[in-house]
Amino acid sequence: MTLPRWADVVLIPLINLFLALLVSGLVVLLIGEDPVNAMKIMVNGAVGSSYGWGYTLFYATNFIFTGLAVAVAFHARLFNIGGEGQAQLGALGVALVALSLPWPHWTVALPFTILGGAVFGAAWAAVPAYLQARRGSHIVITTIMFNFIASALLVYLLVSALKAPGMAPESARFPAGTFLPSARDLFGAFGISFARSPLNVSFLLGLVACYLVWVLLWRTRLGYEIRAYGHSEPAAIYAGISPFRIIMVTMLISGALAGLMAVNAVQGEAQRLLQENVLGAGFVGIAVALMGRSHPVGVLIAAILFGALYQGGAELEFETNVPREMVLVIQALVILFTGALDNMVRDPVKGLFLRLGRRPGADVKAAE
Amino acid sequence: MMDLNTIIQILDSTIRLATPLLLACLAGLFSERAGVFDIGLEAKMLVAAFFSAAVAATTGSVWLGLCAGIAASVVFALIHGLASITFRGDQLISGVALNFLASGMTVLIARDWFNEGGRTPALIDGGRFQPITLPFAEALSGVPVLGPIYHDLISGHSILVYVAFLMVPLTWYVLHRTRFGLRLRAVGENPGAVDTAGISVVRLRYSAVLIAGVLCGIAGAYLATGLAAGFVRDMTAGRGFIALAALIFAKWRPWYAMGACLLFGLLDAIGNRYQSIELLGIAVPGQFMQALPYILTVVILAGFVGKAIPPRAGGAAYVKER
Repeated sequence: MTLPRWADVVLIPLINLFLALLVSGLVVLLIGEDPVNAMKIMVNGAVGSSYGWGYTLFYATNFIFTGLAVAVAFHARLFNIGGEGQAQLGALGVALVALSLPWPHWTVALPFTILGGAVFGAAWAAVPAYLQARRGSHIVITTIMFNFIASALLVYLLVSALKAPGMAPESARFPAGTFLPSARDLFGAFGISFARSPLNVSFLLGLVACYLVWVLLWRTRLGYEIRAYGHSEPAAIYAGISPFRIIMVTMLISGALAGLMAVNAVQGEAQRLLQENVLGAGFVGIAVALMGRSHPVGVLIAAILFGALYQGGAELEFETNVPREMVLVIQALVILFTGALDNMVRDPVKGLFLRLGRRPGADVKAAE
Repeated sequence: MMDLNTIIQILDSTIRLATPLLLACLAGLFSERAGVFDIGLEAKMLVAAFFSAAVAATTGSVWLGLCAGIAASVVFALIHGLASITFRGDQLISGVALNFLASGMTVLIARDWFNEGGRTPALIDGGRFQPITLPFAEALSGVPVLGPIYHDLISGHSILVYVAFLMVPLTWYVLHRTRFGLRLRAVGENPGAVDTAGISVVRLRYSAVLIAGVLCGIAGAYLATGLAAGFVRDMTAGRGFIALAALIFAKWRPWYAMGACLLFGLLDAIGNRYQSIELLGIAVPGQFMQALPYILTVVILAGFVGKAIPPRAGGAAYVKER
């Protein structure tokens, strides 16, 4: 028995989100603040001004890339928990490209930094992918280990080879020719005033990535093979699909997408390589992919939602006693309810549909 | 080169640093041997560290702190059990969620409770586990070589250290010499067979998850009230994942788990003491030492040095035939 599609795609995620927010509200209540007021501050802070929108969409851009990375892997039934490390390596790739030449203009630099981020991110995913495909090493564990190794590698590089003169463990500033135009510049060109924020052209790149991932998954032979492999490995093998090839290609795409996050965070905002370039965005990608049901449109919406959550959380800390860590709690509850406790909602909803006397299974068959 | 004193100091610190790893590793061992993957060891240790320090700071009693830490860890274990056993959810995703929940919640509550920016006040006297001097330690300290080893290395740790190392034979005994242990291992390999024999898969898995909760609780309490003197944000610093690495390194066996934890503890101790190490004329950076447990685990997982095969039913929820 299956649920109608709208219930699966819209109703259940919304109930899950509602439950996560309800528990978060209780937490806010427990630390002596008014949850409704907190919600107002967060919404207003995130989308109430062009400044808020700028930060919301800036964070969302990071989450689009890491969310797509997790989503693509999910389609092949691979849990890539290593977005954090792949994005760190992507940051290294972007930084190496940006620092290697005195780039004349950002339009010249951008294709190469994109390549740098993608190649380094993919390379960091390649080893766990190979070990999963050839040696059967559990990809969740190896990607976790690679997150830690990546972090140690960056710390090492930033106190040795890449360290800029001075006290701080960071690289030299990128040449001015790599600076991406901000939303303020872009809107300003049309005479629209937009507050100063780190939002930059990478957001458009994120939208393109969403579209390309959709094309890949649902309009190409490779995407079909990835999804077929994810649905049933024996069936895929019977159909002549090579598991080794699918695991490798899927993880390389996934790692490349995670690495592209650095174009926004490192080239777009920091303009230098830091020890922490990702700041948990790799993990937010898991929440985003789960909420977005691994569909690029869902990922986009969920990424903007989480962008708003991060920006709203910052405003919340500014205006009330609720610290920024509230965002982590909400994020955890979203993952818990949408990812792990899904059946807690799904089973009663199924029961309800049955009791209402409808035959949801028939609906789906008719739709197909 | 190195004198005996230095070696003893490093080994002493190895034992301290290995203790939380060992407890968490054995926690993971129970859980995973029963077929429930647990990447939320970190989360359970962190909540336990916070609540033990918070209660110890408030009441002045480290024992009450320990109880609070274990209770908090068990609550997290129950959430994990609810998600992965009762609602047949994804065990890995549940673990990820719990890690975030612990990381955010501890700081959130700490700020509200103590108003010290996400930490607890420093613990004093009764708020910490004090070192225990084993019998004859003073009398024997004059004996060459063995005296200092007994006095400085084996004696003088807090009680939880001894508890952790005693847990190793106990875990081995429970898993390999009792009926409960046999059933527990069976449920991690073939839950269908256990169910057919009329034994409750759900109850067995819940007991394993609860044992993991208790052990992680002790690990976290030791971290905040034995190793350190109070809670600071994210103080587990990846130890839950190192414990997980040690578990794989040990191929899910208790005695080997102790070996792996001592090895990773040693790496940590050396890394803490020396910024970089000269090895065969090459300077090894400290960051490499920090990454070494993870690198070794990947090598083991890759199967180049013996193959690590997890319990067969691990990660999958058991659905009873209807």
